[in-house]
Amino acid sequence: MKFSGTTHKYGRDIDTDVIIPARYLNTSIPEELAKHCMEDLDAGFVGKVQPGDILVAEENFGCGSSREHAPISIKAAGVSVIIAKSFARIFYRNAINTGLPIMESPEAVDAISDGDLLSVDADTGTITNETTGASFQAQPFPPFIKDMIEQGGLVESVKQKLLR
Amino acid sequence: MRVTPELRPSSASFLREQRSVIPLPGKTIAEKIFSAHSGTDAHAGDIVVADVDFVMGQDGTSPLAIRALERMGVEKVFDPAKVALVMDHSSPSPIEGVSALHTIMREFGKKTGAKIYDVGCGVCHQLIPEAGHVVPGDLMVGCDSHTCTYGAVNVFSTGVGSTDGAAAMASGKLWFKVPDSMKVTYEGALQPGVFSKDLILYLAGQIGADGATYEAIEFHGAVIDELSVDARMTISNMAIEVGAKAGLMKADAKTLAWYAGRGERVPAPVDPDADAVYAKSLTFDATAIGPQIAKPHAVDNVSPIEEVVGTPIAQGYLGTCTNGRLEDLKIAADILRGKKVHADVRFIVAAASKQIFLDAMEAGYIRDLVEAGAIIVTPGCGPCVGTHNGVPSDGENVISTANRNFKGRMGNSNAFVYLGSPATVAASVIEGKITDPRKYFG
Repeated sequence: MKFSGTTHKYGRDIDTDVIIPARYLNTSIPEELAKHCMEDLDAGFVGKVQPGDILVAEENFGCGSSREHAPISIKAAGVSVIIAKSFARIFYRNAINTGLPIMESPEAVDAISDGDLLSVDADTGTITNETTGASFQAQPFPPFIKDMIEQGGLVESVKQKLLR
Repeated sequence: MRVTPELRPSSASFLREQRSVIPLPGKTIAEKIFSAHSGTDAHAGDIVVADVDFVMGQDGTSPLAIRALERMGVEKVFDPAKVALVMDHSSPSPIEGVSALHTIMREFGKKTGAKIYDVGCGVCHQLIPEAGHVVPGDLMVGCDSHTCTYGAVNVFSTGVGSTDGAAAMASGKLWFKVPDSMKVTYEGALQPGVFSKDLILYLAGQIGADGATYEAIEFHGAVIDELSVDARMTISNMAIEVGAKAGLMKADAKTLAWYAGRGERVPAPVDPDADAVYAKSLTFDATAIGPQIAKPHAVDNVSPIEEVVGTPIAQGYLGTCTNGRLEDLKIAADILRGKKVHADVRFIVAAASKQIFLDAMEAGYIRDLVEAGAIIVTPGCGPCVGTHNGVPSDGENVISTANRNFKGRMGNSNAFVYLGSPATVAASVIEGKITDPRKYFG
């Protein structure tokens, strides 16, 4: 999978309450959740994000609540991939399970500014900052997770196991 | 704080790779529970598929899990006696969208036989251990991040998303990475007016919101041994606030006594080996820790209370899966008995479960609180998640016993949430400003 888009960069400890506040969890329709994505952190986000754009953040992205609505709303808002220095544990699993690509690369995050144009190859883990020309290598997924993604995610993998 | 870098994770993984050559050291609580539930000799870093003893979801997360089960083509749960769905986050429903979600949950309960805790039963993290659904030695997952609460009763319990929850409901199994463990020891003794909430807020301030990410914390020491089970749950509940996967404690005589009369399941306590390997060990002297406050808008933005005393407040909140238990209501009632909540403050109280509500009524705590000016709302999550029952106004400060103070958490991103112990909240609502509770503990 290859992505390219404009960077929207945020700080550390971006929690799932600011990604999608609980007051909007009265629906599980992705498009409805997308309307309020990042609202309590950056009310202008939904207005400026374009399909394919890339979220970049410091450490511990997605900390807090286990709500899967968080990666769902980010994906439905048009974000193609999140690059962070690190992810909170539950968000990490939820992103994989909902098919939202995520990459960990502290070096890349330090060398990317808000508004930079990026191109990303999720298969090789290569992140290129087209604005500056710098290139980085993200941490690869552990083999177990890679296999699960290749099987089509957790839903597909459970389906296959139960039908067997 | 003393930090003992006994073995860094990298050296632990080196040992794992060499296991055929060098005899491995002992196991942590997490490693033992994952070994028993996966049928393998599990060590930190291993990925295992393990049997879960229980799966739980709440009204924010269950509808997505039910939808994931539909996508999996699954019509039933692996064992109806081991699955429960709880309506606690927006309960009773404040809006028709949530009413529809509650209907989906009730229909799922009827179809599959999964246990439904309907509106008014209380917060999932009180109900699950209270009903004896999980016992010491168990492994369980819940679609709520504060599922780590039952670590206090020696259960490896951890929060997962809805799709993971659905996979566990369907198959009774889930994949896990066996976590490294961090050993946190509280030595000394709690001073009067200082509570378990202050201990965990202090830890958050010391190690930060990602200080234990991907790790299980084991809590040890004389101070933990002295705490009641209620007070221990406050600590384990907030393990997630430092990124931890679990907040485990040993099961002792108090734990086993707490389980008397709570169902048929037999506890199988798991102790760590004396030579267990920890990624890191931290030791704190509790005697030197005073009341702590987490300031807006981060749980690790912690100060000793002296730094924020006098901050005006418009609302106080006593309750939640962190501090809505009987002991918490007693602490507040003892301070507020015969006194009045400040005229400019709304003081909202929610017991963590219907049983606690009844017990607090029986003991007279509810009368004490209401006579002092408290507003009692339905047992449940209430104002903590900002869905209803007390959304603060723009610019208002709130003092709360909850576990999170993120921007917008209580439903208004222009409000400011401070976190403290039940004693700190009770002392503060009397004066209308953040108040050191130690004045009530002479």
